[in-house]
Amino acid sequence: MILLRLFWEFFQIGLFSVGGGLATLPFLYSLGSRTGWFTTAQVADMLAVSESTPGPIGVNMATYVGYTCAGVPGSICATIGLVTPSVIVILIVAAALNAFRNNRYVDAAFYMLRPASTGLITAAGWSVLVLVLADTALFSSTGALTDLFRWKNILLFAVLFVLTNWVKPLKKLHPIVFIAFAAICGIVFRLGGA
Amino acid sequence: MPLLLDLFCTFFRIGAFTFGGGYAMLPMLQRELVEKKKWVTEEEILDYFAIGQCTPGVIAVNTATFVGCRKAKAAGGILATLGVIAPSLIIITVIAAVLSNFAEIPAVRNAFAGIRVAVCVLIINSVVKLLKKSVVDKLTGIVFVVVAVCAIVFRNVSPVVFVLAAGVLGIVTRVFVQGRKEGQQ
Repeated sequence: MILLRLFWEFFQIGLFSVGGGLATLPFLYSLGSRTGWFTTAQVADMLAVSESTPGPIGVNMATYVGYTCAGVPGSICATIGLVTPSVIVILIVAAALNAFRNNRYVDAAFYMLRPASTGLITAAGWSVLVLVLADTALFSSTGALTDLFRWKNILLFAVLFVLTNWVKPLKKLHPIVFIAFAAICGIVFRLGGA
Repeated sequence: MPLLLDLFCTFFRIGAFTFGGGYAMLPMLQRELVEKKKWVTEEEILDYFAIGQCTPGVIAVNTATFVGCRKAKAAGGILATLGVIAPSLIIITVIAAVLSNFAEIPAVRNAFAGIRVAVCVLIINSVVKLLKKSVVDKLTGIVFVVVAVCAIVFRNVSPVVFVLAAGVLGIVTRVFVQGRKEGQQ
């Protein structure tokens, strides 16, 4: 019974959280307090793990909550529940788009949607960039300008930027190569401060 | 390889290589889908991201369903989606079962701090590629700058607002330009 319940709860979360993985968080808090399946502190732990493992964060969270409540079958039911509404909605949208593919108004809308979409990605990238390169919390407690910048991160950022853009033989490498390289640098130079 | 299996495997790779949520997936999508498989164009990726912002669910999943559906109808959409969520299911289940303090392990924290830097660089490179495809004249340039600045300044405004406004603007300009042409004739 708990499996059906998990599927249904995550089906609703998938249906009502618009705009990406982190939008599922408030729903998870309320689910925990309504059912007593997990505590708020557990949600924080699950989020930390979901952010430090590959895969979309929302999917990772659903898998984790499902596993905590009912083992492997729970993780599968919760995850399938989360993605079912998107699959249904997207299949409908894709069919509609196909029908209106050569409609000039749909074309005109997408003509402007593309720069808007690029703008949204830029804004998301910017907020990550600030977090990665600057330490505003440390700066506001010490007030020293040298504390504002994470120098090791800035150096790694510059190295990776040059490698991916200006070193020709490296430009064609798969992005995962640079991610692995950065992970090793992170461990060697203790970028996480741990 | 049959197309359906290929869709599953390609999206499995994308799911396994995406660190840090939805937008971090973008460099992987460009590499695997646009450059390697040539299943979709850069413009289509942008379209799917825009639609994914306004429809329910996780953006990575929405994009997978869209591309799969484009290549092989509903069955393709479902297999691509299963592919993108399968790595999460496996990895998270293993971690939840054996390493409940995974996020506190020093090596994991340090590695992840490095990965975040790489993800930033990769996203910037992706955005540069996308800009060439999406900003094609003065008006699209203005839309890009306005949306980027507004989304940074007004963090609490839902992205849906920007996407809908841009779509309406596109239709209005088309109607206006057409009206003017007809007026001249």
